[in-house]
Amino acid sequence: MAGNVPLQPNTAPASQKKTAASEPVWVRTILITISLVFLGLFLVLPLITIFIQAFDQGVKVYLAAITDPEAMSAIKLTLLVIVIAVPLNAIFGVAAAWAVSKFQFRGKNLLITIIDLPFAVSPVIAGLVFVLLFSTHGLFGEWLYAHDIKIIFAVPGIVLATIFVTLPFVARELIPLMQAQGTSEEEASLTLGANGWKTFWYVTIPNIKWGLLYGIILCNARAIGEFGAVSVVSGHIRGLTNTMPLHIEILYGEYQFAAAFAVATLMSILAIITLIIKSVLEWKTKKQFSN
Amino acid sequence: MSIVINNVSKSFGSFQALQDIDLEIQTGELVALLGPSGSGKTSLLRIIAGLEYADEGSIYFGSDEITDISTKDRKVGFVFQHYALFRHMNVFDNIAYGLKVRPKSTRPGKKVIEKKVNELLQLVKLEELAKRYPAQLSGGQKQRVALARALAVEPKVLLLDEPFGALDAKVRKDLRRWLRNLHDEFNITSIFVTHDQEEALDVADRIVVMNDGRVEQIGSPEEVYEHPKNPFVYDFLGNVNLFHGRLENGKLSQGKAQFAVPGVQHEQDQKAVGYVRPHDITITKEESGQDSIKATITHIHVVGPIVHIELKRIDNDEFLEAEITKELYRTLGLQTNNNVYVKPSQLKVFFPDDYSI
Repeated sequence: MAGNVPLQPNTAPASQKKTAASEPVWVRTILITISLVFLGLFLVLPLITIFIQAFDQGVKVYLAAITDPEAMSAIKLTLLVIVIAVPLNAIFGVAAAWAVSKFQFRGKNLLITIIDLPFAVSPVIAGLVFVLLFSTHGLFGEWLYAHDIKIIFAVPGIVLATIFVTLPFVARELIPLMQAQGTSEEEASLTLGANGWKTFWYVTIPNIKWGLLYGIILCNARAIGEFGAVSVVSGHIRGLTNTMPLHIEILYGEYQFAAAFAVATLMSILAIITLIIKSVLEWKTKKQFSN
Repeated sequence: MSIVINNVSKSFGSFQALQDIDLEIQTGELVALLGPSGSGKTSLLRIIAGLEYADEGSIYFGSDEITDISTKDRKVGFVFQHYALFRHMNVFDNIAYGLKVRPKSTRPGKKVIEKKVNELLQLVKLEELAKRYPAQLSGGQKQRVALARALAVEPKVLLLDEPFGALDAKVRKDLRRWLRNLHDEFNITSIFVTHDQEEALDVADRIVVMNDGRVEQIGSPEEVYEHPKNPFVYDFLGNVNLFHGRLENGKLSQGKAQFAVPGVQHEQDQKAVGYVRPHDITITKEESGQDSIKATITHIHVVGPIVHIELKRIDNDEFLEAEITKELYRTLGLQTNNNVYVKPSQLKVFFPDDYSI
């Protein structure tokens, strides 16, 4: 029945402004619902599941899992890798962004493209490349063997693989930021008598500090969670060359589900802390730009 | 501190920015580098500052050659077009920066720095804004902070790169005056770059007119305006009307019309072009002599106290531009499509064979 057709279709209420960008309420509701359901299904549900499954066999099992010696050595190795890889990549990121934004040189675009390479390459391939280079049958194998240096199936290999995979984060964050800021403040500093180093510390760094922190946090998060490349180079030697992600894989493979999830909760907690810090920094950067 | 620039050349890739620049600036002078975009004026300024290095040539501050000395050792004050204030420092710290970054041996004490900064804040009349950040200042205020910051290190030479380019017209005029007064008080050798000929004519002791990487003319504002050396300088410093003709018997003739040309020496008759400023064109209702030309008024623009009148010559269809006072305009009662007689005076004659325009 057509009984619900309004008799005066042209008199929309004055408060309802029709602009080109407004859509009816039902469209908005559907879009929001889809987003929330998607997020809920793919992000929130798995996260909650990790915590539920971790305590599935009780708190005692949970604690035993995270204080197990192999778990502890995995945690220590992950932390060691972060402590080496993140600062190195931060220094590289600042240096590369500095070079790209303050100087003119040939091959600038090539440098920027190469920095993005680790994003394009599958982490497993990245790990494989290191194996091809540094294993005993690899390119540098004989030289390394002669000098008794172990890279593959040892901690150095894991650190190298992690550095490769997390290389772009700080640079990609800083390059557009420093390019947008230009060089005039640094030039002003020079004309006022400051040398290059002082200019860097007093003028450049304060201007990029939020971007730098943000890049470091992203780099950190990825370094903790890296699996593919590290898995290829590590050799999975328990107690020696297992990082947290690798340890979780082993536990899961041995059907120790509760223990696997227990270690996973540690990584999830780290991830959540990282997200909180990231949000605070985003809020602070917005404040800085709106000033 | 006098400045001598000898034979300086600079190119960026295949673009020749500066070609054989020779320039001498006396101690305490306020010199303008005037020219269109791409003329090389900013490149020259930056080379003097040490922010760029010349490919060839040398630069002297006083009797010291400073061609290869780095910026931080040159003791110049530089004011940028877009201020370049340190965005994360407040006004006070910005001005104090130059003094704070001195090496420990020459760094003044905290109290001394404070006193100096406060003096400068008073000078630029920004005492209340000491704690503000650059983002909270207007353009004019930012530029005054930039100037104070440059003056804090007591430079021997003050360099300004289109300092008022990013400001609106009223602020520009005020700051222009203020800069001139500042210079008269402190007498620092100063060089400023501008593409605004009014600014250069208003402020500078001497103007260096540049074009395409070369110096076209150097002289006082009056010299370059009244006695331009070539068509480029004439055209750049103001509007121009052209009268193409021949220089015969000491007069410029165009068919029937003949114009007196003050001060031109020539031996042979030759092709010549007369240049006349719009305000040197008189308009009358009646013909008056062999130098009167009949023309029709095509457009009238009243701009404040001046009236710009566009005319089309009846004999050769060329366009002329005249400027008269509003008073005269009212007296004559001019309207579009009226036929009037125009008479040019103060013709400056250039020979087209000498220049390619």
